[in-house]
Amino acid sequence: MKILVPLKRVADPDNANKVKVNAGKLETTGLEWKPNPFDEYAVETALRLTENGANPKARLGEVVVVTFGPKEAETTLRGALATGADRAIRVDATDEQLDGDIVARALKALVEKEKPDLVLLGKQAVDGDSNQVGQLLAEYLGWPQATFAGSIKSEDDKALVVGREVDGGTIKLRVKLPAVVSVDLRIVAPTSVQSKHSPDHKYPEGVRFAALMAIMAAKKKPLAEMKLSDLVSDTALKITYHGFELPPARKAGIKVKNVQELVERLKNEAKVL
Amino acid sequence: MPNVLVIAELLDGKVRKSTHSAITFARQAGGTFSILVMGQGAKAAAAEVTGFGAQKVLVCDDAYLAHPIAERFAPTIAEVAKSGNFDVVAVTASSFGKDIAPRVAAKLGAGYAPDISGVKVDGGKLVYRRPVFAGNAYGTCSLNTPVQVVSARQSEFAAAEPSGGASPIEDVALAAKDPAAENVEFLGIEAAKSERPDLGEARVIVSGGRALKEKFSEVLDPLANLLGAAVGASRAACDAGYAPAELQVGQTGRVVAPQLYFAIGISGAIQHLAGMKGSKTIVAINKDPDAPIFQVADYGLVADLFVAVPELVNELKKATA
Ligand SMILES: Cc1cc2nc3c(=O)[nH]c(=O)nc-3n(C[C@H](O)[C@H](O)[C@H](O)COP(=O)(O)OP(=O)(O)OC[C@H]3O[C@@H](n4cnc5c(N)ncnc54)[C@H](O)[C@@H]3O)c2cc1C
Ligand SMILES: Nc1ncnc2c1ncn2[C@@H]1O[C@H](COP(=O)(O)O)[C@@H](O)[C@H]1O
Repeated sequence: MKILVPLKRVADPDNANKVKVNAGKLETTGLEWKPNPFDEYAVETALRLTENGANPKARLGEVVVVTFGPKEAETTLRGALATGADRAIRVDATDEQLDGDIVARALKALVEKEKPDLVLLGKQAVDGDSNQVGQLLAEYLGWPQATFAGSIKSEDDKALVVGREVDGGTIKLRVKLPAVVSVDLRIVAPTSVQSKHSPDHKYPEGVRFAALMAIMAAKKKPLAEMKLSDLVSDTALKITYHGFELPPARKAGIKVKNVQELVERLKNEAKVL
Repeated sequence: MPNVLVIAELLDGKVRKSTHSAITFARQAGGTFSILVMGQGAKAAAAEVTGFGAQKVLVCDDAYLAHPIAERFAPTIAEVAKSGNFDVVAVTASSFGKDIAPRVAAKLGAGYAPDISGVKVDGGKLVYRRPVFAGNAYGTCSLNTPVQVVSARQSEFAAAEPSGGASPIEDVALAAKDPAAENVEFLGIEAAKSERPDLGEARVIVSGGRALKEKFSEVLDPLANLLGAAVGASRAACDAGYAPAELQVGQTGRVVAPQLYFAIGISGAIQHLAGMKGSKTIVAINKDPDAPIFQVADYGLVADLFVAVPELVNELKKATA
C-alpha cells in the first residue's frame, strides 16, 4: 500500500512560552517549531500499516510525507524520514500563501501525480485548529472520508474498517480505498492499527523515536521540492485574517481552606448550587 | 443581510440540542434563516424547530440518511443552499458538523470558517471571531467567497430559545447521490448509554484526571449523580483507559462552558484549559498547590482528592438537604 501523509510544522505554545499578540499580529517568535502532533500520529499509523510489526525494518509499502512550507520545514520532513517514511516532498510556500482550501486543492493535484491508495493526515493542525483539510481533500478527489479515526483495521489493503471518535461514542465505517482518513489521539494506542501484514501486533504506546543511525540515514533519503504553482493555478485565499487578540484573562480566584468553605462559597457567593 | 441555512443534527429521531447553537448564530448574523432537517424520521423531528423564527423548515426525510455519513448528507445540503440562494450554511461545531461542513464548502466553492466563537456584521460583511492555538489567541476573519460555510461553537453560542410563530415546513428532495458515498459503509455506532446529560448541554460538569486511576467512576459518580452533572475527563485519564474517550474535554475533545466545572486531579495543561476555560465557575481540587489549573480556578482546594471528594459529597448533601 502506498500512503501519502501531509505533515505540518506548528509553533508550540507550551505552558512556559505563550503565543503573543503584537499590534494585532500573532507573534510566534520564541516558540519552538515542532511537527503537528496529529501528523506524527498519522506518520506512525502509516508506518504500522506498511510493515510487519515484528520486523519493522523491512518496508512492505511506501510512505510519502509532504509539507507545504518554507525551507526550514524540511527539518520536520527529515524527522519523519528518520522514523521510517520512505520519501519526502516539500512544496515551497510561506504561511501567508496558505489556507486550508489551497492546501487541499494542491494536495489533490499531488495525489493525482503520486497516486497513493490512502491519504492519512491529522484531524487538525494545532496552530489554526481548523480541522478541514482532510474533508476538503476527500471532496475534491471524490473519495470517501473517515475523520477522527481512533482505530484502523486493514482488510487486505482494499478497504479499511475505521473507528471514528465522535461526540458520544464511536462510529464504525468501512471505506474502500482509495480514501482519506484523518487520525485522532487514540490511533497510536498499542493495538489501534491492524495492518494487513501483522494484524495482531502489539505496539508500545505512542509514536516511535528515531535511532541515531536512522537520523543519519534519513539525510540520504529522497526529498523533492516543488513550487505551489506546480500544483495550483488559482492561488487566491478563501479566508482573510484581519487581526488577533489575546483572550480576556480569567479573574484570579481564591484558594479555599476546606470542603466546608468550598460548599459555602459555591452556594452563597457563586450561587451555582 | 445574509440568508442563513442552518443544518439541524438528529439523534435518535430528535433534533439535538446542539442545533440550537447554530440557530443562535443565524440570529446573530442579523438576516433571515431557514432550518434544514435531514435524516430518517426528519419529518417528525421538524416540528421541534418550527417555533424559532425560521422562514422555513426544510425537511429531507429519507432512509438513505439514516446514519451520519458526510458523503450522503453533503450533496443535498449543497443543493438546497444553491436552489434557496443561501449566503451562509451554518452547522454547530459538533463532530457531525465538523465532518460535514468542509465537504459542503468544497461542493459550493465556498470559504469555510471553522469553530467560530462570534459573528459581527461590519459594513454589510460578516466578520467572524475564532480561537486559534488552543484558545490562546482569537483571530478576526472574513471569508472572500460570496457563499460561506461556518461551524459555530456550542460553548460560545448559547442555545436559542423558541421565539414563537410557526415556520412553514417544506419537503426537499434528496439530491443526486455522490459516487463517493458508495465507497463508505456504515457498520455501527457504539455509544455509551448514559442517563447523564450530554457534555455540551450540562449545567454542571465533574471532570477527572489521571490521578483518579481505576477509581475514576467510584470517586466521581456520587458527586455527579448528586449534582445531575455530566462527567468529563482529561486526555490522560482517557488514554489510560480510566474513562471512555468520548468524555475527553479539551482542545481536541469536547469544548464545554457549563455554569459549574469541577477539575479533579487534573493538572491544567493548555490543551485541557482550551476546552473548559469558558465555564462560568471553575473549581479545582488538586494536591499540588502549584498546579496550573489553579490559575483559572475560581475556587481552588489543595487536598487529596480521595479524601476531599467524598467529603464534598457529604457536605453537599447537607447543604442541599
Ligand atoms: C495534540 C495534543 C492534544 C491534546 N488534547 C488534550 C485534550 O483535548 N484534553 C486534555 O485534557 N488533554 C489534552 N492533551 C494532553 C495534555 O497535554 C495533558 O497531558 C493532559 O491534559 C494531562 O492530564 P491530567 O491533568 O489528567 O494528568 P497529569 O498532568 O498527570 O495531572 C494529574 C494531576 O493530578 C494531581 N494529583 C495526583 N494525585 C492526586 C491526589 N491524590 N489528589 C489530588 N490531586 C492529585 C497532580 O498534582 C496533577 O496535577 C493533549 C496533548 C496533545 C499533545
Ligand atoms: N501546510 C501544511 N502542510 C502539510 N500538511 C498540512 C498543512 N496544513 C494542513 N495540513 C494537513 O491537514 C491536517 C489538518 O489541518 P487543518 O485542517 O489545517 O486543521 C493537518 O493535520 C495536516 O496533516
